[in-house]
Amino acid sequence: MKNPYIPYEAKILEAWYETPGDRCIKTFKVTFADDKVWETWSHRPGQCAMVGIPGVGESMFCISSSPTEKGYLRFSIMKVGKNTTAIHELEAGDTIYVRGPLGNWFPMDEWKGKNVVTIGGGIGQAPLRPVIQYIRDNRDDYGELTVIYGARTSADHCFKDEFQDMMACGDCCCHLAVDVEEENWPHFVGFVPQLLMEVSPSPENTIAVTCGPPIMIKFVLKNLEKLGFTPDQIYTTLENRMKCGIGKCGRCNVGHIYICKDGPVFSYEQIKDIPEAFA
Amino acid sequence: MAAKKLSKEKVGEVLQELSKFRLITPVKSDDVVLFREIADPKEAFLEYGNSTVPPKKVVFPQTETLFRFTIGNPELREKNVEEEGTTVIFGLRPCDARAMSIVDKLFSWDYEDPYYLKRRELTTLVGMTCVQPPSINCFCTSLQGSPFGKDGLDVLLVDMGDHFLFQPLTEKGARMEETLASYLEDASPGDVERASSMEEEAKGKIVRSIDPQGIAEKLPSLWEDPLWKRVSDACLGCGICTFLCPTCHCFDMQDEVERGEGRRARMWDSCMFCEYTLHASGHNPRPTRKERTRNRISHKYSYYPKRFDVIACVGCGRCISLCPVNIDILEILEQVVEA
Ligand SMILES: Cc1cc2nc3c(=O)[nH]c(=O)nc-3n(C[C@H](O)[C@H](O)[C@H](O)COP(=O)(O)OP(=O)(O)OC[C@H]3O[C@@H](n4cnc5c(N)ncnc54)[C@H](O)[C@@H]3O)c2cc1C
Ligand code: FES
Repeated sequence: MKNPYIPYEAKILEAWYETPGDRCIKTFKVTFADDKVWETWSHRPGQCAMVGIPGVGESMFCISSSPTEKGYLRFSIMKVGKNTTAIHELEAGDTIYVRGPLGNWFPMDEWKGKNVVTIGGGIGQAPLRPVIQYIRDNRDDYGELTVIYGARTSADHCFKDEFQDMMACGDCCCHLAVDVEEENWPHFVGFVPQLLMEVSPSPENTIAVTCGPPIMIKFVLKNLEKLGFTPDQIYTTLENRMKCGIGKCGRCNVGHIYICKDGPVFSYEQIKDIPEAFA
Repeated sequence: MAAKKLSKEKVGEVLQELSKFRLITPVKSDDVVLFREIADPKEAFLEYGNSTVPPKKVVFPQTETLFRFTIGNPELREKNVEEEGTTVIFGLRPCDARAMSIVDKLFSWDYEDPYYLKRRELTTLVGMTCVQPPSINCFCTSLQGSPFGKDGLDVLLVDMGDHFLFQPLTEKGARMEETLASYLEDASPGDVERASSMEEEAKGKIVRSIDPQGIAEKLPSLWEDPLWKRVSDACLGCGICTFLCPTCHCFDMQDEVERGEGRRARMWDSCMFCEYTLHASGHNPRPTRKERTRNRISHKYSYYPKRFDVIACVGCGRCISLCPVNIDILEILEQVVEA
């Protein structure tokens, strides 16, 4: 068996900024240096990988591309500290290291035949992107796809071009929000949980998936329950500081769960009674 | 496997014989007893109670290289644990061996940890019984342990006074018996019988205890209980309870580079430190000692048994004896039981 601590060497194919500012988000499209890795690699929407630079360190990121996008992996990374700052300095052609795929995934097979609503905020759209892309690439297998997404300002929105494309394409229903009023913004103004109530999706045969800042998640969960969604219809991802990513180093636990291994994907049913899950 | 007899006079020769391996024994360094590789059998300090520092670092070093690299060269050079060679830990206590068998579960569930498991494979554990409880804070008998416990050991040496009863317990133990055949004699049948009455006697000398029944189920219900603040108020967050714990296994991972040569290493970490759970955003899900103490106790007595069917504590009492502010895990558990 391959040593799970040794990452694969990868090359950056493309890199671009999604958002500006101190905590900017940059997307990296990477492929393995050794093509053979693709023969054994398979990941599913929601899974993560450790991405890093030897000499600096590695950090956990969700794989923000769907397995239906072949020949590359995408990561969208917010600059917040040591590793992410070093990764942001890399450009197309540079070498980066990827260890994974890690963790569990969204049960896309179970969701076949159902409507899916994604509710994202800020960088939280990164784990939702593969879900959306996967459904769009297997369009006949799923019911309606509703995408709700917000960020502080329109400049802070990730994947802007893709949202434009989705809105034009008509294979899903997109609802965008900014927190505060801005000039020429044609969409919703207000927080994501409010937009959710405005869109008011029916819980009938529907799965809701939400990722974003903890405070957003808290109100989205409340509102989903108001809309009649039961805890087993709601999915989210949990986050904790991580090191090993394989259930050994101990730090990512909430209760007896190791987020890195048993998660990051959980139904609300699984975690609603674990007090530390929302600490 | 039949028991043999090892005369105490021959222990020096046995250690000499075993020094063809990487031989690790308790040694005394100032007031501290710890486990270390020895070059000369005379360094071994076998007349000890229990070591201050458990032998866990032999299989789970305090800092260890995972791989090496040269800046500018994409190749990662995996650390080869095999190079460390066959290892014998001679003279450890049953509680510390049992701790290894508990931690084995963590390092082998789902992903196998190649470093730890390779070291375990290379290591033979020759344990020694505790005739007297080494510490007033020993409580191994509350947690399925015993001063004569065999869990995790390959050979148990039962201290019979002038000699040891040499009991091989595993395949590795049988190989150890072969290696040492010329130093061993047949045990007298009376010895084996005497050993079991000695075990009862040794167990009876342990004064502290806790009934773990029901604690795993009760802990989650005490999440918001004021007891956590009470029991952690004095805590300095020094982490000694976790560093000296034979079952604590949490680690950090860091990269180090010097003049272009680098390594990724892992090193012991402690859930009692603030940075342990600190997110890059500044958010900390366990912001104070209260949450960290609650996690330490819950991890050992509730989360670990829930996942691995065994309490992650062997009752060695080190965290009690060595805490600078006298925080006592048994007192905490008693409060849990009473709450
Ligand atoms: C399952 C999961 C998925 C994630 N997906 C993404 C994503 O798609 N995009 C994104 O921008 N961020 C994501 N994060 C957060 C990201 O891992 C942290 O922002 C990153 O580790 C910060 O590293 P740093 O070195 O820049 O920060 P520092 O504060 O300098 O980090 C120091 C160390 O702590 C660890 N660490 C610190 N904060 C976190 C954290 N919140 N989560 C995990 N480890 C942490 C780092 O690995 C690093 O080793 C995810 C986290 C998890 C747990
Ligand atoms: S990150 Fe190490 S156990 Fe989860």
